[in-house]
Amino acid sequence: MLKRNLPSILAVTILLTAWQLVCLIELVPPYMLPSPLEVLQAFGEDFPLLWENSLITLQEAFIGLFLGVSIAFGTAVLMDEFDILYKAFYPLLIITQTIPSVAIAPLLVLWFGYEMTPKIILIVISTFFPVTVGLLDGFRSTDKDTVGLLRSMGATRLHIFRYLKFPAALPQFFSGLRIAAAYSVVGAVISEWLGGFGGLGVYMTRVKKAFAFDKMFAVIFLISAISLALMALVELAEKKCMPYRNLDKKN
Amino acid sequence: MMKKLEVKNICKSFDGKPVLQNISLELSQGELVCLLGISGGGKTTLFNIISGLLSPDQGSIFLDGKDITNKPGQISYMLQKDLLLPYRTIEDNIALPLLLKGIKKKEARLQASAMFAQFGLEGTQKKYPAQLSGGMRQRAALLRTYMFSQNVALLDEPFSALDTLTKSAIHKWYLAMMEKIQLSTLFITHDIDEAILLSDRIYLLSGSPGEIVEEIIIKEPKPRREDFNLTPEFLAYKRQILSLL
Repeated sequence: MLKRNLPSILAVTILLTAWQLVCLIELVPPYMLPSPLEVLQAFGEDFPLLWENSLITLQEAFIGLFLGVSIAFGTAVLMDEFDILYKAFYPLLIITQTIPSVAIAPLLVLWFGYEMTPKIILIVISTFFPVTVGLLDGFRSTDKDTVGLLRSMGATRLHIFRYLKFPAALPQFFSGLRIAAAYSVVGAVISEWLGGFGGLGVYMTRVKKAFAFDKMFAVIFLISAISLALMALVELAEKKCMPYRNLDKKN
Repeated sequence: MMKKLEVKNICKSFDGKPVLQNISLELSQGELVCLLGISGGGKTTLFNIISGLLSPDQGSIFLDGKDITNKPGQISYMLQKDLLLPYRTIEDNIALPLLLKGIKKKEARLQASAMFAQFGLEGTQKKYPAQLSGGMRQRAALLRTYMFSQNVALLDEPFSALDTLTKSAIHKWYLAMMEKIQLSTLFITHDIDEAILLSDRIYLLSGSPGEIVEEIIIKEPKPRREDFNLTPEFLAYKRQILSLL
């Protein structure tokens, strides 16, 4: 584990050291770029506030992700079962993805106010796509011969879905979910940034207005860390759900 | 004797091109019958029709005297690849046909497990297909086929993907197995030796369109001698088949 990650740990350490040095010799004025140690200090000082806001952001992210994945699941199943729906809505799905979320977020605020609703809608929009596409690709990649075999055993469509299509789509589903998990945090922050009463996005706008760049960096790192933690959680679920992957042949 | 399976005058064309021409054949209880012919001769199409996955242009299929044309779920069918589901343990793969019949999971597992020893699969219950050798996977696929129905089995080139040594070992195992379970089996192969070695009867199929050109009865009693494939009788059958193909 340590051996495998050694190069990346080393790279990060070198980068942080270089950054600290740049600040030490004041290559960049301190009010523009805080040093890593200052960022750490800011993080410590503002920890209660960061924690409180994180909880708000996480709550939005979880609700949004849950709804997004549920809707994605329903959509993918319907689109897979009915080819006409697939043909009709697949291009539309792609188009929703070309709209930048920063562009719709203010509209959502306008329509739904400063509460949680517009934030959750934005997260649903951005997490829905990778999961739907992953599931659809997974469903469509099922082996025709295996479908034939199950049919010869008298399997119904529901059987084929349950025993074949769904488990076969799990790997793609989890790839989609991993991306969606990261999007959910980013989505929450962006929509808070554009209007809200709490959350890391709101915290960011406040420290930005105060020109507190050390706090700004602290929150940036915190958001990355939360995204990474969520992705790790998805990976853990993936390993639990698919124990048959990465088996060793011997035993 | 009552015929287990009867195939009567099956014809099938794809886009106006005849693939099967007036195929009639039969299978008695406990018999092992082989369809031998070149690849692409419509043999798999015939199996798809017998199993009910495909409808014939003409003709009917009877199982124990009942018409089962176009009715899937009556006969067990094993395809060329083992098609074990990689995300289910061997035990759960084998229990699958029972689950599809509506049997509860616990009971299905119990019934499946009871057969493991007989098929030489003991100890593989909790393993995944990827952890098994090709020969073992084929055994597991065969057991799954057997779990579905002890009536009639269709095997489409069941051993063709195996290497020669594994194949020869599995042939011995298979013959011994069939002595015990007496499963009426119709199987496809393009391997002449395999056909003579395993079958009670062989139907020779010509290619495009597929038509039965000859029926050969292998008179060698069962269980077969250890070195049957090295005897003059074996070679005589082989010569006869080669002259007809």
